[in-house]
Amino acid sequence: METLAKPQDAAIQAPVIEMSGSQAVLEALIAEKVDTIFGYPGGAIMPIYDALYDYHDRLKHILVRHEQGAIHAAQGYARVSGRTGVVFATSGPGATNLVTGLADAMIDSTPVVCITGQVFAHLLGTDAFQETDVINITTPVTKWNYQVTEAHEIPHVLAKAFYIANSGRPGPVLVDITKNAQLQLFSAAPYQQCTHIRSYRPKPIIRKEYLEEAAALINNAKKPFVIFGQGVILGQAEKEFIRFIEKGGLPAAWTIMGMSAIPTEHPLAMGMLGMHGNYGPNVLTNECDVLIAVGMRFDDRVTGRLDKYAKQAKVIHLDIDPAEIDKNVKADVPVWGDCKETLPLLTQLLEQKVYPQWIQLFRDYEQKEKEKVMQDELYPESPVLTMGEVIRTLNELTNGEAVIVTDVGQHQMVACRYATFKQSKSNITSGGLGTMGFALPAAIGAHFGAPERTVVAVIGDGGFQMTLQELGTIMQFQPDVKLLILNNNFLGMVRQWQQLFHEKRYSFVDIQSPDFVQVAKGFGIPGRSVSKREELKQAVSELISSKGCRLLEVMVGKENNVFPMVPQGRGVAEIVLCKEDI
Amino acid sequence: MQPKKEYTITVYTENQVGLLNRIAIIFSRRKINIESLNTSPTEVESVHRFTIVINEYEDVVRKLCRQIEKQVEVLKAYYNTEEEIIWQEMALYKVPTDVIASSVKVERLLRENGAHTVVIRKDYTVFAAAGHREETDSLIKVLEPYGLIEFVRSARVAIIKASAGFHDRLKEFEKMEPGEEAIENEFLDKNEEVFTM
Repeated sequence: METLAKPQDAAIQAPVIEMSGSQAVLEALIAEKVDTIFGYPGGAIMPIYDALYDYHDRLKHILVRHEQGAIHAAQGYARVSGRTGVVFATSGPGATNLVTGLADAMIDSTPVVCITGQVFAHLLGTDAFQETDVINITTPVTKWNYQVTEAHEIPHVLAKAFYIANSGRPGPVLVDITKNAQLQLFSAAPYQQCTHIRSYRPKPIIRKEYLEEAAALINNAKKPFVIFGQGVILGQAEKEFIRFIEKGGLPAAWTIMGMSAIPTEHPLAMGMLGMHGNYGPNVLTNECDVLIAVGMRFDDRVTGRLDKYAKQAKVIHLDIDPAEIDKNVKADVPVWGDCKETLPLLTQLLEQKVYPQWIQLFRDYEQKEKEKVMQDELYPESPVLTMGEVIRTLNELTNGEAVIVTDVGQHQMVACRYATFKQSKSNITSGGLGTMGFALPAAIGAHFGAPERTVVAVIGDGGFQMTLQELGTIMQFQPDVKLLILNNNFLGMVRQWQQLFHEKRYSFVDIQSPDFVQVAKGFGIPGRSVSKREELKQAVSELISSKGCRLLEVMVGKENNVFPMVPQGRGVAEIVLCKEDI
Repeated sequence: MQPKKEYTITVYTENQVGLLNRIAIIFSRRKINIESLNTSPTEVESVHRFTIVINEYEDVVRKLCRQIEKQVEVLKAYYNTEEEIIWQEMALYKVPTDVIASSVKVERLLRENGAHTVVIRKDYTVFAAAGHREETDSLIKVLEPYGLIEFVRSARVAIIKASAGFHDRLKEFEKMEPGEEAIENEFLDKNEEVFTM
């Protein structure tokens, strides 16, 4: 039972206010300290929008151009701020347009609460206009969902929704509210936040014996290696994590979702793991003797072939979600719990250590990667621009302090490989689902989640065309987002795979693009396109330093590839530095 | 690797609309067939119980249980092999009454198979039997010569042999925090009374 008193009990103790279900929704949002809603109205959610008319001074509503844009914006908002993103959408198509974003938020553990309108309760199951079985469509892609058919349920259900979305391992929650419940008047007791659900354990109990076993393994290790994911960011355990690796002298590498949790220039930062991660962390995963995984889920893009993954190492796995332990990689020592709590306990048990020789190995691999890959990517000699040098220029001009929102594909891998970060929650990307079209709306949301920060959306020419209608949202609400399109006139990542693994049979990857500068102009957004090196720095500088949204398109090499690469089906140690090695 | 085995999964849950789907899709997402599924109340008011039978590797079953337990409204999921549970399935058999009446053997057959008569009508008779799969199956064979008209078997219900510990915890739990009632749609038959636009 939640802490919330039942309505009849509350009636005795506290003043009861007659209100509509719709008002109750908005009162709940205010009580949950929501400041921004991303949404799109429609028939079945009209009573809530009608009520919103009277709340516009307390709740900011960003009218997107497509519901997918709303949920990606809410994700961007949540990822940059750690707070729950809120979405409004109508029934039927409004709700089904949320599905991609829900799946994305589910796999990347992003706290989002979606409120969808639904047809009148008596019409459920009659194939009414704009009726879709939203609860069942969204069940696999939500942490929790619920259909409200009576107004009095609303405060209690929304309290539960916010609690579930942003506790434990966060995730998306959807509340479907029938129109009669929105219109219905009821006696509302004062709103109470939910802090407990009897069947829900957001944090597993910490087992001391496992902490001790883990510490013993680490203290006796010769070549310990820490790999970490978004759990460090979601748990707001960045400081605890840094203390942990610093005391243990432990080299650490991040997954794409864990990136920015520690500064990229930290002396113990070894780079990114995974298919297009750095050379050293991948190869040395198979040479370490103790592998300490913190808040990460051993995605196949990180592990490569599982039967060739870290077989020599003892694995310690810290995670808040017990279902992640042993899911992909068997843990010798499972450390269940919130890493905000487990890391300090583990740090206490660690001996102060340094591993200069072991870390030197990472640096040697790094040197090799610099010579064979990075040099050409960051400081190319050919006149054609590379994605890498654009990101390098961006780093220099933002001083690593910007929020970088990326889409999906080659530009995403390049940005995540080369971007430098000084503060946490700065790398926002669709990691698990790989949703093209994510970046533009997510960047809009990121601006509203952290208006004081510079937000740069790095997007490919393909992904930009998936959600470019959200330029309309930018036009109307003027979020200060910097749009940087890396245009190679190809669906680059698919092209790279076709080149490397399908005998260069380029099947439908030569995407044509509109004149992006003209498109932006149509939305009142100043734009510029560059293709020459001598213009690049000035153009990026103009993009970053001018006030308001701007678009910069950079024409980059058409057939450049992202390396290193762990080809699919191979082990992490089989990472290759160039296409000749495949 | 150990071969696939029959596992009985017992899930203790809140009583909520939609939870059946949430649990069922954990199996269908992985293309695992559910052999039998039963939902039932438990000895503790407001706590419900799913009994699910599947054929799988233990490693897979363990992971499935963790995914089930991860659901917000699930209290606990256990898996057990056949040796660790006591289980029964119930079956109903419909046979023409005239055939039965004319044959003296039938009463003996029913006794041998532990079945009993539920209904006797002029045109047909319904027998019920409970037991393991082989037992309820064998009665089909027995009754077929007498013109079996219809047969149906229930899902498995199972009791875990070593469940006393969990029972106590569950009772304590319910005493401390009583569960909520499920809210159902009360409007489906109220077409005329509801304002629409």
